[in-house]
Amino acid sequence: MINDILSYEFLQNAFLSGLIIGIIAPLLGLFIVVRRLSLIADALSHVALAGIAGSLYLSQQVLFFAALNPVYLGIASAVGGSLLIEKLRGAYRHYEELAIPVILSAGIGLGAIFISLSEGFGSDLIGYLFGSVSAVSRQDLLVVIVIAIIVIAYIRFLYKELFALSFDAEYAKVSGINSRYIQMVFMIIVALVIGASMRIVGILLVSSLMTIPVAAAIQLAKSFKSAMIYSIIFGELAVIIGLVSAYHMDIAPGGTIVITSIVILLVVLAWKKIQGGRNARIVKGELV
Amino acid sequence: MTTNLIQLDDVSFKYEQSIALDHISLEVGEGEFWALIGPNGSGKSTLINIILGLLQPTSGSVKLFGSDIESFKHRERIGYVSQKSNAFNSGFPATVLEVVRSGLTRKVGMFKSFSKKDEQRTLEALSIVGMDSFAKRNMGELSGGQQQRVFIARALAGEPELLIMDEPTVGIDQQNVASFYSMLNTLNREHGIAILLVTHEIDLVTDLATHVACLNRTIHFHGKQSDYKKMEDDDVSRWYGHPVRRVHQHKDEVEQ
Repeated sequence: MINDILSYEFLQNAFLSGLIIGIIAPLLGLFIVVRRLSLIADALSHVALAGIAGSLYLSQQVLFFAALNPVYLGIASAVGGSLLIEKLRGAYRHYEELAIPVILSAGIGLGAIFISLSEGFGSDLIGYLFGSVSAVSRQDLLVVIVIAIIVIAYIRFLYKELFALSFDAEYAKVSGINSRYIQMVFMIIVALVIGASMRIVGILLVSSLMTIPVAAAIQLAKSFKSAMIYSIIFGELAVIIGLVSAYHMDIAPGGTIVITSIVILLVVLAWKKIQGGRNARIVKGELV
Repeated sequence: MTTNLIQLDDVSFKYEQSIALDHISLEVGEGEFWALIGPNGSGKSTLINIILGLLQPTSGSVKLFGSDIESFKHRERIGYVSQKSNAFNSGFPATVLEVVRSGLTRKVGMFKSFSKKDEQRTLEALSIVGMDSFAKRNMGELSGGQQQRVFIARALAGEPELLIMDEPTVGIDQQNVASFYSMLNTLNREHGIAILLVTHEIDLVTDLATHVACLNRTIHFHGKQSDYKKMEDDDVSRWYGHPVRRVHQHKDEVEQ
């Protein structure tokens, strides 16, 4: 396997992209989960689907789009979707969550139209939906690296504000934190991470890599910093095991990555349950 | 001449067509401890939200530390504890230290990290509320009373000159309520922090407060605690909307 990675550029691209995504997706996912916005990632990934399907359709109709990497239009639509969600949340102050199914449906609707209109792009689309080990190009890797730099810089420099906003949004606003601006940029960053991750994990499964490692991490973490570290460790484990098994079984990596993260979550939950039982017995004096 | 920390001039507020606040004028000065009392639905929380800038008054003006609220930039001079604080997500993975330190976010400024000095200040704030030994504990492991002390510490971390609290004792058992008010007394008398406290516990708090404001859509009384005590129970009952009998406690009873 190591020899293959050293020999083939496509494997280097896939593994390097995967390792980077394994850091940034759960890192940002932690803020999404604690703010109870998990479905936003789902909505934006479906908007990205509309962009990808639109780009693939246009590539059959217009010469310019034939040369354009569909990932760009996928990212652009996810960013557009993120801004629309923010706008809609503002319009429905008492039903803010309504923005998510509206945008999610719009994404699927547009995606279905473009897929129906096209003259078949079966294998290409399957790669975008469920991820692919072989389809990650150097250009895709470069996009992932640029997005990772943006995400890490955003979290590094606005960590305090993001924490305050996640823990208590009202307090953050009262204390003078510019929550509107930070929230707007946050949504764009989520869209960028979805764009970066879709080549490896696939559009339909990208939100899982942002939420499942975090779900396992918050079971174990006592502090926000440790939740961040656990999330990244679980994300990396899922990506490495998922990519290696996908390569050996010659299947889409999205499925293996997500199933690996589910297994990690189940192990963590089982371990917590065993620990809980043990602690209860210590309290009762059965164990010393 | 000293500047008022809060100055409300003829403030009114309407929710659609119903009047929630009607021509409110109030001044809170340095080192004063104000108890804002009134029945349910009297507009207490609305008034606090206007003072904090979360709601815009329909008419009238709000000044904080002498500046119009729109141009007031030094939010760190105000500490805030809401009644919702004790309904926070107890599964949130955060230590007491991380939560209290977040009270310094605005003071430290954007794009900068917390320094060792900030950590020290965080521990000092925790020590004021008697929670310094809990710094590394997870927030979800604390009792309601302990969590509320942590939220006060978060408000104190930025060394505010004014502490605004909206029914902070909701959901806290009676024993902890008394020690909580005793702590507020210390903050006001020993640390010189002005306090504006919205509360239902009129007997307990009006003995501690230096000033009292009675609100029921409009201000029915505002002034010194001693003048409030001289009022007849019948007068209080009239603007409260139902019979009220006040039982005055001595300060040292509360402090015990």
